[in-house]
Amino acid sequence: MAVAEDAGSTGHRAAASSGAKRPSRLLRNPMSKIALVPMIAIALVVFLGGTVWTIVYSFTDSGLLPRLDWAGLEQYDRLWSTRKWIVSIQNLALYGFASMIGTLVIGFTLAALLDRKIRFEGVFRSIFLYPFALSFIVTGLVWQWILNPQFGVQGIVRGWGWESFSFDPLNNPNIVMWGLLIAGLWQGTGLVMCIMLAGLRGIDEDIWKASRVDGIPVWKTYIRVIIPMMRPVFVTALVLIASGIVKLYDLVVAQTGGGPGISSEVPAKYVMSAMFGSQNLGQGFAASSMMLLSVVIILIPWAYLEFGGKKRG
Amino acid sequence: MANPATLGATGAAMDASRGQMSSDHHRGPRPKKALSRRNIMLYGVLIVVSLYYLLPLYVMIVTSLKGMPEIRMGNVFGPPLEVTFEPWAKAWSQACTGINCDGLSRGFFNSVQILIPSVLMSIAVASVSGYALSMWKFRGSEVFFTILLMGAFIPYQVMIYPVVLLLRNMGLFGSLSGLVLVHTVFGMPILVLLFRNYFASLPVELFKAARVDGAGFWQIFFRIMAPMSLPIFVVAMILQVTGIWNDFLFGVIYTRPDQYPMTVQLNNIVNSVQGVKEYNVNMAATLLTGLVPLTVYFVSGKLFVRGIAAGAVKG
Amino acid sequence: MTGINRWLSGTAIASALAVTAGSAGAVELEVMHWWTSGSEAGAVQEFANAFNDRTDNTWVDGAIAGGGDVARPVMVSRILGGDPPGAFQFNHGRQAEELIEAGLMLDLTDVAEEQGWADVINPPSLLDACTYEGRIYCAPVNIHSWQWMWLNDATFEEAGVEVPTNWESFTETAPALREAGIVPLAVGGQPWQQNGAFGVMALALAGEEAWLAVNQDKDAEVARGEDYARAFQAFGEAREMADGVSVQDWNQATNAVIQGEAAAQIMGDWAQGEFAMADMVAGEDYECLPGLGDIAILDAGGDAFYFPQQSDPEVEAAQKELAALLLDPEVQVAFNSVKGSLPVRGDVDLGSVNECTQKGLQLLADGNVVPSGTALLSPDTTNSLNDLMTEFWNTPSMTPEDVQEQYAQIIEQAD
Repeated sequence: MAVAEDAGSTGHRAAASSGAKRPSRLLRNPMSKIALVPMIAIALVVFLGGTVWTIVYSFTDSGLLPRLDWAGLEQYDRLWSTRKWIVSIQNLALYGFASMIGTLVIGFTLAALLDRKIRFEGVFRSIFLYPFALSFIVTGLVWQWILNPQFGVQGIVRGWGWESFSFDPLNNPNIVMWGLLIAGLWQGTGLVMCIMLAGLRGIDEDIWKASRVDGIPVWKTYIRVIIPMMRPVFVTALVLIASGIVKLYDLVVAQTGGGPGISSEVPAKYVMSAMFGSQNLGQGFAASSMMLLSVVIILIPWAYLEFGGKKRG
Repeated sequence: MANPATLGATGAAMDASRGQMSSDHHRGPRPKKALSRRNIMLYGVLIVVSLYYLLPLYVMIVTSLKGMPEIRMGNVFGPPLEVTFEPWAKAWSQACTGINCDGLSRGFFNSVQILIPSVLMSIAVASVSGYALSMWKFRGSEVFFTILLMGAFIPYQVMIYPVVLLLRNMGLFGSLSGLVLVHTVFGMPILVLLFRNYFASLPVELFKAARVDGAGFWQIFFRIMAPMSLPIFVVAMILQVTGIWNDFLFGVIYTRPDQYPMTVQLNNIVNSVQGVKEYNVNMAATLLTGLVPLTVYFVSGKLFVRGIAAGAVKG
Repeated sequence: MTGINRWLSGTAIASALAVTAGSAGAVELEVMHWWTSGSEAGAVQEFANAFNDRTDNTWVDGAIAGGGDVARPVMVSRILGGDPPGAFQFNHGRQAEELIEAGLMLDLTDVAEEQGWADVINPPSLLDACTYEGRIYCAPVNIHSWQWMWLNDATFEEAGVEVPTNWESFTETAPALREAGIVPLAVGGQPWQQNGAFGVMALALAGEEAWLAVNQDKDAEVARGEDYARAFQAFGEAREMADGVSVQDWNQATNAVIQGEAAAQIMGDWAQGEFAMADMVAGEDYECLPGLGDIAILDAGGDAFYFPQQSDPEVEAAQKELAALLLDPEVQVAFNSVKGSLPVRGDVDLGSVNECTQKGLQLLADGNVVPSGTALLSPDTTNSLNDLMTEFWNTPSMTPEDVQEQYAQIIEQAD
């Protein structure tokens, strides 16, 4: 906690007037730091500590139990020469890109539609949000059925007489990630829609009035005025979506198990399968260290821009 | 910025503007024209999209009402020829978990016992942290916040063993308080982000006025911030209720069998590796387990939207 | 507020229970396992009944479904956290090696000597898999073997061919089956099923000697050699024969055979339960070929229970009582009859069994047995092989020669 005390000696509000003049302030400012102790402890001990622990053990040959038997860079060598890992990263890049765009676009569009002052808004909102509440162990199975070539969508459409119709994403290695995306969007867009809808509700009514007076089309108002105003909403949504994408695991296990073959493997699944399937903790930790590294590479510049660039009141 | 008014006046002004905001928002940006071409398009799109969202729910419900022979025929979308509630009864009170055959009901109260303290605790800690971060921040506080945010991206499973070792050293392994602590810790990143953004969006004048009046850290939090932030607390509650209620991993690792949450039974009903899968019971069990978060969504749906509005928009 | 009160009273009750469990003579022994399906749970019930009725102790059931990958982290966490269960199920062999090395497991050697395990356990390789540096650390409870092919008689009749009796004659029937619209071979989509099927073909077609050289001695040259090339070629043919059935779970694949969509499946003896459930009779409606009919030999794998080291001597006594009980002849018969597996004791009689189980028992009695893959290969190696074989299975452009070389490389690096 020494770090916190040192760093915290000049809170920017307190800095405006000298704290020493009023004794009560001396009592108040420590309180604000004490209140942050749990968060700082959690950030340092659990998240930073856990990360360091993971990275340290990624240089060992730990199997079923964590052990400090050094193995140098062996785990990383092996990681990068394993095809499954390479495939996992490619899949995550594809899925992540498509899911990020898809979730934002669908989430925003649905929110905009609901914001057009419609009837039964509550009903529609509940319909879009309910998948968030259901455990994916089983909803993954339902999507497996719906996408099953024999008795799912393909079978139904063929039953209508369109014999050549083909839609079998889960058994085709080339498009299996899109099959996962269909279910992933189904589960995840509701929450983002709610956040977007909330953001839209916060837009000042006068903006709409002004754009109407100026005769700007609705869609143009959204793109030119509303979306730029909603930057913070998009940031919040982005963090939520991105953390979900990096941790993508349950969906894959429930729907494809990584198949056909290894064509729908993802990094989080690689980590889990190395740690608990192969009983090779070192390998799992090496993989998760690589994942963390890439998150840090993205997060640090963002945090710098977000916190370093401006002072807010 | 204008000179801060007295605390009371600012509070009243805020109330007024918020009141106006919420009543305006029910009206939306445009006057209503029933059955215009635009409206038909609008509802058409919404209904088509709704069908996509509802399809899996429909499949789950019809499957849960069928007998196993009917399910084996493979007609996923067909309505049940013979409606049976047997799978629901079985999922709730008869399905076996190893040798204990009392269904989901076995874990229901355990789940409630885990849920309530975990939700309260995580929200209490995160809201105070978010408040301190946005209003009382000191140099370096955001470094810790960034580290915390990194935690949102770590797959939980990677943290299992370090957390086991931590809990063991604290003497909390295998206890309910240990599990509550774990839920609090892993809820922190997103919750603190949510609260921090919300509090930062509140007018600074309010805070300054309170300081001038001599209000302290906790006074400002409890008298001014918390009452104004009911919606964001509801948002946090919804996120936490969903996450904690559906958690399987932490519940099974950090407690003992007599405290296992309902999701352990759900997993055992659904996830048996060998033998016949009773799809109808699986579906009924999933829907039953989802009822608690669904109820929370439904009851607090309106507050949910207003809550995030204030938090995310200006953060 | 009621929630808080309930929570507090709940904790109080839990700790009170723990106290009584510790102080009274009888021990509440928590047993963790992943046997949760109908017949599995029924079989565990036999253990629990025996433990509750014949000792003063109580069986506390800790079932976690989802197989070893889900249950194992929970078990290891409990051990690392200093609050281990009384006993837990593991596949015996290499998986628990590290726990034993770290001194976390209870030494059962005195129980084993007292009960004469060395004399009754057949095949002896099962006890070997529990033995580490001369001491015994686990109690094997059943035998499962991968080494079977299951065939539906009706499908061959429909195709107008004889029911094959070995792999070669099976491949000859494939064109006729295709013509009749029947998929010759059903294989589920999960990697372990494809690698498992290959293991069966390797043992049957490359021969016992080559199989042992690769799996036991990790001889990569044999894996690159002629005998194994035959197995890889056959596996490539199998890939073509399996085209047309796209299911995930093994029992869905078995079901395809039962329904007549597919003619045969290579799968362990646990598949027989599905045939029984569909009211099919061994030798009439379906056939079973141990070792694909080529080499009648079984690999003897199965499950075992391990007992974590505990500080309380009373708990330790209860653990040893349970260990002895698991191999009790009566309990063995009761458990394995329900589970559908074979008993680990050569000296017990399962009673009336069907033709296929009879064949299995005969092979065991004759000693035509090799250790199972899980006992010989580390989980790491097994998992790498799973990944490789499933990639081959789903990548038509990958040739048997490609996969053979990569297979040999994994064997080369195996520990």
